[in-house]
Amino acid sequence: MDGTRRTFLKAAVTAAGAAASPTFAQAQGLERANAVAHQDVPTDLALRVKSLESLLVDKGLVDRAALDALVDTFENKIGPRNGARVIAKAWVDPAYKRRLLADADSAMTELGFTARQGEHMVVIENTRAVHNVVVCTLCSCYPWPVLGLPPVWYKSAPYRSRTVIDPRGVLREFGLELPDDIELRVWDSTAELRYLVLPERPAGTEHMSEGQLAALVTRDAMVGVAKVTMPRLGGHA
Amino acid sequence: MNGVHDMGGQHGMGPIQYEKDEPVFHASWEGRVDALTRAMRAWGKWNMDGGRHALEILPPVDYLRMSYYERWLKRLETEVVKYGFATQPELHTGKPIPGSSKATPPLTIATAARWQSRGIPSSTDPNVRPLFKVGQRVRARNLHPGGHTRLPRYARGKAGVVFRDHGVYVFPDSNAHAQGEKRQHVYSVRFTARELWGEHASARDSVHLDMWDDYLERL
Repeated sequence: MDGTRRTFLKAAVTAAGAAASPTFAQAQGLERANAVAHQDVPTDLALRVKSLESLLVDKGLVDRAALDALVDTFENKIGPRNGARVIAKAWVDPAYKRRLLADADSAMTELGFTARQGEHMVVIENTRAVHNVVVCTLCSCYPWPVLGLPPVWYKSAPYRSRTVIDPRGVLREFGLELPDDIELRVWDSTAELRYLVLPERPAGTEHMSEGQLAALVTRDAMVGVAKVTMPRLGGHA
Repeated sequence: MNGVHDMGGQHGMGPIQYEKDEPVFHASWEGRVDALTRAMRAWGKWNMDGGRHALEILPPVDYLRMSYYERWLKRLETEVVKYGFATQPELHTGKPIPGSSKATPPLTIATAARWQSRGIPSSTDPNVRPLFKVGQRVRARNLHPGGHTRLPRYARGKAGVVFRDHGVYVFPDSNAHAQGEKRQHVYSVRFTARELWGEHASARDSVHLDMWDDYLERL
């Protein structure tokens, strides 16, 4: 980057009061070492984005308020809480569960969650005999209408490379030791199907309401790298 | 293309790096890149498949070095120039050249509702007949196209069983390169872990991949 551009961009960023977080790369896995090796990388990226956004807004190509709304949607409105509601409803309502497994798009639309970029949802059920785990080896396909944007580990080289060849080793790193007699199915999201795991309902939750059950369901359980567990005694049920 | 993005089965990538209570975006610029990419896609100049390919053709060293959203930024900078939305000098200064015309963005707060509610395309089309049926044994073809494909290397040449017919979808290998939608059936195909990875894999495990008709042959 030449000096003139850097000066201009720095001014733009200062004016907007939006310096980059120095911690942006803390969870970037393989990329982290490189980000640390190039201390100027975060600043460069923030400046480049600022510059690109201001250019596209000035040219009338994008609308800043629409950008704000998109960021707000992904930060605050779409996330694993959506998926947890689907799972909890399936646990308490056998007819809903049948609809969910047969036609997940329609069943999720009943709760107001709809894919909008051409994806179709598929729900796969964990049982006492079968465990399912989802990956996208080619990019980062993820059931975002019900889980939000994927975490860094899901998009990272270690998860993408290893989940198909060593799924039990990967699950072990997440703290999930699968017994040998459990059948493990890996779902590589190579097309426009988006997979959501329906975890097993934990024992001892018979008394719980749908809302309480939803609070137990984690993102990781819906990707298949964890099970849903009861909170320990003294925890917040 | 046989790119570095096709990661399934590669060794040496290290342990899973798990971050507890991870934020959606790790810095505000990541959210802006995500939003800018979606807003520019509303112009309809490139499709999802072409967008994926634009990441795959990043030089492999860059692909591995860059964070996820850095890749997205590089792609967007490249595409706005490639499709004539901005010139390289404009990108460099962050300012439109004097006298340049001003467009009307397709995605605004007012039109967002239309984009949000346009729904998902149908995956049923009785005119497109499936070439395979559920329960049938198939083999993933040994294809190595130089362009975009969603047939991972680790499955090529391997035998599996059709588990489910997902219906009719656009074919990414042609759609990514503006060579037509070539709509065809997509199936979930089950491959045993031993077929894919050899005798040391667990006898109980399997990998399901979604496969277009053009990726499969009869066995």
